[in-house]
Amino acid sequence: MSKFSALRIAAGFGMALGLGLAMSAPAHAQATLDAVKKRGKVLCGVSPVSAGFSFADDKGVRRGFDSDVCRAISAAVFGDPEKVESVPLSTNVRFQALQSGEIDVLSRQTTWTFSRDNSLGLDFGPVVFYDGQGIMVPAKLNVKSASELASAVVCVLPGTTTQQNLEDFFRPRNIKYESVVIENSDEWRNAYFTGRCDAITTDRSDLASVRSVAPDPKAHVILPETISKEPLAPVVRQNDANWRDIVSWSVYAMVAAEELKITQANVETFLTSKNPEVQRMLGVTGDLGKMLGLEPRWAFNVIKGVGNYEEVFNRNLGPDTRIGLSRGPNKLWTEGGLLYSPPFR
Amino acid sequence: MAQTEPVAAMPPPQPSYLQRVVKPLFGTPLNAVISLICLWLFWIIVKAVWGWLVTRAVTEGGAAVCRASSGACLPFLVTKARFMIFGVYPYDEHWRPGLSMALFFAAIGVSMMPRFWGRWLLALWAMVITASMILIAGGVFGLRAVPTTMWSGLPLSFILTAVGLALGFPLGVVLALARASKLPAIRIIAVVFIEVIRGVPLISILFMASVMLPLFMPTGVTVDKLLRAQIAIIIFAGAYIAEAVRGGLQAIPRGQHEAAGALGLHYWQSMRLIVLPQALKIVIPPLVNISIGFFQDTTLVTIIGLLDFLSTIRTAMLDPEWIGAAVLEGYVFAATVYLVFSYGMGAYSRYLERRLRTGHH
Repeated sequence: MSKFSALRIAAGFGMALGLGLAMSAPAHAQATLDAVKKRGKVLCGVSPVSAGFSFADDKGVRRGFDSDVCRAISAAVFGDPEKVESVPLSTNVRFQALQSGEIDVLSRQTTWTFSRDNSLGLDFGPVVFYDGQGIMVPAKLNVKSASELASAVVCVLPGTTTQQNLEDFFRPRNIKYESVVIENSDEWRNAYFTGRCDAITTDRSDLASVRSVAPDPKAHVILPETISKEPLAPVVRQNDANWRDIVSWSVYAMVAAEELKITQANVETFLTSKNPEVQRMLGVTGDLGKMLGLEPRWAFNVIKGVGNYEEVFNRNLGPDTRIGLSRGPNKLWTEGGLLYSPPFR
Repeated sequence: MAQTEPVAAMPPPQPSYLQRVVKPLFGTPLNAVISLICLWLFWIIVKAVWGWLVTRAVTEGGAAVCRASSGACLPFLVTKARFMIFGVYPYDEHWRPGLSMALFFAAIGVSMMPRFWGRWLLALWAMVITASMILIAGGVFGLRAVPTTMWSGLPLSFILTAVGLALGFPLGVVLALARASKLPAIRIIAVVFIEVIRGVPLISILFMASVMLPLFMPTGVTVDKLLRAQIAIIIFAGAYIAEAVRGGLQAIPRGQHEAAGALGLHYWQSMRLIVLPQALKIVIPPLVNISIGFFQDTTLVTIIGLLDFLSTIRTAMLDPEWIGAAVLEGYVFAATVYLVFSYGMGAYSRYLERRLRTGHH
């Protein structure tokens, strides 16, 4: 092929590429909802892959806990949970993607911290999952508490805060340890299973999934200490209070539905409920939807589309899944957990 | 005894099978020992691979069966095959990237045969590329529009490589000519561009394109993430190709330039007709090296959240249903596909070198 044919092919590629890749519509401040409605779908930033939170099924459809939060928002806005375009984002680019308007909401196992909330021009929605860093050891070591881990070799992933939390926990207690940083999560898991490390640490939700793939899950115990707080919450841009309210109340609708025993299956029967809060929430009476700029039945659509919090949790992370997590702090406040929805009135 | 008749011209003695194969391997005791050790190692490897891939392989059942077995998990590959190849592209529309890949391979196949070389190839490629882009992007002729965030898997790896090299090549040639230019301003710009790009890793250029660039744009205006990564790859490929082409330009004797000048050809004519055809021929091996390297380097786009072929495989392995059941299988599948394409490119370049070898022996 001569140089000139290559040149022309190149030009052809360029033009063809230009056809497919136009500039995306600008998202004006204060008008995320308008932009979303005009576009016809919610652009939702998710993790490329994280077991239980965001992964693709056999047909390439995105599933998982974080993905269901996106679905809930889509259901609230459009009455259809499937009008979501998932944008996979790595940890390094997630906030910038939100700032630049590439996505409308970030639902990506993101820990709500002071500095993220106050320095990035972003706002956090309600916590959807209370996580925390834990430590897992083989049961045969007979260790009951993390403070018994003298001179242990701990396998860690090079996360943003994982090593720091480990240091913050062990240093004041004068416990010597050695951390081994392993970049790839498959190697990291195998290093622990093959005895290269005495202990393994990451968020408790991930520890549970590591344990679930062990040859014998019962041979490993997750120690009781939670050495850091990791409240995971959806994130939106700071300049749009209305959009933030929509994201927040879509989550609250799922929590309130669990509290009121409304499920995906029985939500229709609740339309005739005598309970005034249920009536207001499902849009039978009052105009809560209008205050958000949404349909009166927005919360009904959320519950019909994705279910209540318990259903979302159990479907993606619960005891019947490979992840096999128990609710822990992610129980309703009435059951001793931390989930609490402000009242719908 | 005196030779009375001229010796008839005999063909050189054909070495027998024994001489050709056995003697070099077992000719001396040391060679024999080394050969035996190698054969023994080879046997161990074959036995292990055979055991894993065939004897102990799991042919049916689910993830639980695979976790319990020490063999290859074939159900994983079967269940996840379409996802690993096409990624999150809408399931019912997989025929579209599939068809465009088929068109692409057919066009490559035709272009690889020297007897089809001619101007009509340009028209063919223009058609194939337009058709592929329409097929994959959709939005016209009743095809559903598929946003670039859903382009993934093997088609994405091919797009990134093909477009990166196709546009990087002319950029590289221009940069190489600029670097060899007599005009200082042009030369300095080219040198700075090439050295800066070559002086930083591809990862940092991808980060620049995906993190820094949007911050310079007006609020709310975003450039497609795939396009940003693609531009980064084109620029990076351009700088490397420029250096390879420069090597070729320097290998052309001064006399060729002078002869072109003596024929009354101006700069562009002499470059186009005399210098570049010879220079580019010399640099085929390094260009193929760069192509193979870039095909594999596209896996780096995973760090900015694009799902290339390797990341769709990793995604498939982390499906909660299959997690921990099929780690080796996924990577072996990825390695096989990359090996087939890289080896194919290498083999074709060796063929092309032999065919284009005209003169200079």
